[in-house]
Amino acid sequence: MIQYIEQILPALLSGTKMTLSIFFWTLICSIPLGAILALGLVSNFKPLVWVLNVYDWLMRGTPLLLQLIFVFYGLPVIGIIFERYDAALFAFILNYTAYFAEIFRGGFQSVPRGQFESARVLRLSYGQTIRKIIIPQVFKIVLPSIGNEVINLVKDSSLVYVIGLGDLLRAGNVATARDVTLLPLVLVGIIYLALTAICTVVLKVIEKRSSVWR
Amino acid sequence: MLEIKNLTKKFGSKIVINNLSMTVKDNEIMAIVGPSGAGKTTLLRCITGLERVNSGAFYWDGKQFDPANPGKEDTIIGVVFQDYQLFPNLTVMGNITLAPTMVKKEPKQQVIQDAKELLKRLGLQGKEDLYPYQLSGGQKQRVAIVRALAMNPKILCYDEPTSALDPALRDEVAQIILDLKKQEMTQIVVTHDMDFAKNVADEIKRVEQIQ
Repeated sequence: MIQYIEQILPALLSGTKMTLSIFFWTLICSIPLGAILALGLVSNFKPLVWVLNVYDWLMRGTPLLLQLIFVFYGLPVIGIIFERYDAALFAFILNYTAYFAEIFRGGFQSVPRGQFESARVLRLSYGQTIRKIIIPQVFKIVLPSIGNEVINLVKDSSLVYVIGLGDLLRAGNVATARDVTLLPLVLVGIIYLALTAICTVVLKVIEKRSSVWR
Repeated sequence: MLEIKNLTKKFGSKIVINNLSMTVKDNEIMAIVGPSGAGKTTLLRCITGLERVNSGAFYWDGKQFDPANPGKEDTIIGVVFQDYQLFPNLTVMGNITLAPTMVKKEPKQQVIQDAKELLKRLGLQGKEDLYPYQLSGGQKQRVAIVRALAMNPKILCYDEPTSALDPALRDEVAQIILDLKKQEMTQIVVTHDMDFAKNVADEIKRVEQIQ
């Protein structure tokens, strides 16, 4: 059995690489984008709020799987052609940005108004207030919800199989179908568990660090 | 000297402050008193620029200014809020030095030096590195006073400074306000506490509910 594991492990690890790559790039792009969109969502400019709400509704109201298919097979119809990997990334970033934007919006709205006013009478600019006072507080408020999405993203990344990308789950599936054994999928499960465990630990550390103040 | 002329403030069609004029002399403590809902806090919010007035003008030493749009000149108004509104993510020192360093671009060393001086004066030495949640209500209020003073305002305003404090601390705040007067700070105190107002104020301005 050890021999068999050694034999399929390279394929699984290369799938893991794809999974991680989707995971990291989605996070790196969609967390800042989500924060920026959230600023739009809490703004007083109604048309912008409306557009962002429609975007949120589309992204959160349809399955990510469907969005992946649309980006890869649908967009070429109107002349936008993505490579498989780029299509996957594009769909993931669009989708996760919507969720993050909603999380950050909630965070922004739970910072008391008095904090803005107190900054204002001290004559801090809007940018200074956001940077020095609001963002640190929002960050702390949203951390648990962001953590949830991060863990979800590890597993959601398996959806890229639908446009033919070789991620971890697909690597396991291929081996299972070929060798008629469930063992590869057990390994896949173990690798996912390890990945989410690492995320959990990292998030715990960040949460602990941000608990020096309340 | 702060002069307010013909200030009117409405919320929708409801008039909260009707054609109010008042003068606060230098180095004077003015208490604004009146029943709940009479518009005391709204008046203070107009003076501090947190509410736009519908009409009226503000003058500092004869020069007109707009509290809601302070521009680049010196800070005229400093505020201590009823619930203090310290920044929970910053230490005591961080709360105090943030605005002087970022807004007035004063050198950090100098700002810290001045802050320590002020903290000592209000009996807060040794608290520099604590976060607001580690302070008592009275201490938070004093930090809020130091934070406002660090911007060197011409006038310091308090919104209901005694409402969240127990009676012993009430006298302590009165003492702080009177001490600041000795250092020639002009102050406006909004309060519903008549005894407190009589204790500290040189002049008492009553605001009544508009029917």
